[in-house]
Amino acid sequence: MEFTILILVLPAICFPLLALFGMKMPHRVAGTIGTVAIGAVTILSYITALNYFGAGRTAEGIFPTLTPWNIRWLPFTETLHIDMGIMLDPISVMMLVVITTVSLMVHIYSFGYMKGEKGFQRYYAFLSLFTFSMLGLVVATNIFQMYIFWELVGVSSYLLIGFYYTKPEAIAASKKAFIVTRFADLGFLIGILLYGYYMQTFTFTPAADQLMKAGMILPWALGLMFVGGAGKSAMFPLHIWLPDAMEGPTPVSALIHAATMVVAGVYLVARMFPLFIGFAPETLHVVAYVGAFTAFYAATVACVQSDIKRVLAFSTISQIGFMMVALGVCTSMDPHEGGLGYMAGMFHLFTHAMFKALLFLGAGCIIHAVHSNEMSTMGGLRKYMPVTHITFLIACLAIAGIWPLSGFFSKDEILAACFAFSPVMGWIMTAIAGMTAFYMFRLYYCIFWGKENTELHKEHVPHESPLTMTVPLMILAAITIVAGWILPFGHFVSSDGKAYDIHIDTGVAAISLVVALFAIGLATYMYARSSQPLADSLARRFSGLHKAAYRRFYLDEIWLFVTKKIIFNCISTPIAWFDRHVIDNFMNMLAAGTQACGTLIRPVQTGKIQTYTIWFFAGIIILTVILLLAL
Amino acid sequence: MELEIHVIHYLILSTVMMFCGIYGFFTRKNLLALLISAELMLNATNINFAVFNRYLFPGHLEGHFFSLFGIAIAAAETAVAIAIIINVYRSFNKILTDDISEMKG
Repeated sequence: MEFTILILVLPAICFPLLALFGMKMPHRVAGTIGTVAIGAVTILSYITALNYFGAGRTAEGIFPTLTPWNIRWLPFTETLHIDMGIMLDPISVMMLVVITTVSLMVHIYSFGYMKGEKGFQRYYAFLSLFTFSMLGLVVATNIFQMYIFWELVGVSSYLLIGFYYTKPEAIAASKKAFIVTRFADLGFLIGILLYGYYMQTFTFTPAADQLMKAGMILPWALGLMFVGGAGKSAMFPLHIWLPDAMEGPTPVSALIHAATMVVAGVYLVARMFPLFIGFAPETLHVVAYVGAFTAFYAATVACVQSDIKRVLAFSTISQIGFMMVALGVCTSMDPHEGGLGYMAGMFHLFTHAMFKALLFLGAGCIIHAVHSNEMSTMGGLRKYMPVTHITFLIACLAIAGIWPLSGFFSKDEILAACFAFSPVMGWIMTAIAGMTAFYMFRLYYCIFWGKENTELHKEHVPHESPLTMTVPLMILAAITIVAGWILPFGHFVSSDGKAYDIHIDTGVAAISLVVALFAIGLATYMYARSSQPLADSLARRFSGLHKAAYRRFYLDEIWLFVTKKIIFNCISTPIAWFDRHVIDNFMNMLAAGTQACGTLIRPVQTGKIQTYTIWFFAGIIILTVILLLAL
Repeated sequence: MELEIHVIHYLILSTVMMFCGIYGFFTRKNLLALLISAELMLNATNINFAVFNRYLFPGHLEGHFFSLFGIAIAAAETAVAIAIIINVYRSFNKILTDDISEMKG
């Protein structure tokens, strides 16, 4: 499996190539280079997956963990060293497939979407950088390599959100995303340092005696790592950057802020899962509660947003909450004994990546057609954009959890895992799943049905997108349709590594289907017609609540208050005063003292050679006298 | 009266030359005079080398060789110094040390 290094090398070459020489290339050439490189990486990833899962299991019935490449990079002690390498195990191979598939679709799609855009080559260079960092993150052999690529992912996300760097909102959004995630990564870094300091290792699978040394620290270290994961995965209250990140180009939102980067936190928890289960089950349950609250919060906000990308962003936050819950409700390594959530979370990650990328790319087509993100400019678009309409509907049905689309299967497993953990959690998550169906179909009806904005559409007739944009939609839609019932996902990924047959819990499935259908029915009743009397009267009746939800429950304002009023005034201002008055003055004093000394001894340097030689000669005479006296 | 030349006579000569050179180096302002003074000092040492070799280690050649080296170095030094002095003259039109104070802090 040594060829897997190419998966990292190709995009790593592609980025500097496009970044340095891209400006001299025509758009088409630069885009083709990027796309071909990603295409090759995708094929390599598929070959890797086929080889890996085809090679069969070990005697214990699990897939072996392979490390085809590992370079000892920074050795500190005998056991504590930072390595750079490639590790293949079921979840990393699964992530390789997800990332490369979505990335390839986005590369192809961007040909159409970004056509004629200034900085087209720069865009493809950043996409390569992002793909490289994300792939490096998932194949990391140790927690520190993961952290390095984690930060690289953050940087490329920053660059892509701020792609339209002349737009003030885009700049603000990119800064916000970078600062918030960076702030959360501080927790991750402290977690890693605790982990390395107490266990003397950075590997994911420490030996028993190293675990003994960590003792009570391990739950804290894992909890701090989860803070980093919560930042990247937009968990409440660190989610504030994700809705604003929608200022970036829409394909970027599909790739980074829906399918790949934002699930890095979920991947991190899954990666540390054996440690969580074995030594910090309480921390794991905290993950579940955070995930559940986030899922609920985001679902309520998504119900009232009017910007279609914002709705999708909050839906992403909510779905990532689902994955976190799935991981968090695990109580054992055995999938039959409470470890089902691990498989369910990973499965949902896989299916969600596909249908959420599809939704975002569909939204991109719509924005491309009407040149706006606002729902009020849409309505009745189904006549103009048949392909987008059908694929968007498929994705909506999938995310709502309708049989036999992929979302149904993964969401059913999550709900089953929740019910196994506690019925309360199960019912809460079922309700949130219902809300998901409601707001997704609200979005769907407001875009494709409802009241058409005829004035605007007469001026500029919406049109179906070119083939480069619709073909990725169709491919992703096909995957969304079949992934659930064709793919024996439990055979590839499960908490103990052994093959697990996914079986549908009919009770849970029936409940969730009924709830989803009811929610869709409600959305149809409220939003499918040209006027929306019920929705309007509800918004009037609960205007305070509606406004609060529309303003995302003022979370941004609270953060601004905390940073501007409390941190700036109480911490930063005194520190700035100390810096300006104490430290600067001390430095000025040093400089002034040196200058005074210089002025004092400057006359000694006459600049005349004779003076110097006289001193020199005097010195010789003195030395001679001393020597003579001493002898 | 014996007119034999002893080592002491040579040393007196070289000391006189040496101090003439030092005196000249300290007092003269002309760069050429400085150069001549430096030559005097160098040659004083050359004499010392030759004399000590002749009287203390007859049959050895190291001292003589060192004097030869000294002469060669003096020649090279003169060449370089003259070149510098010529350039200084070209740029400042003077060769008195007091007048050349462009770089003085």
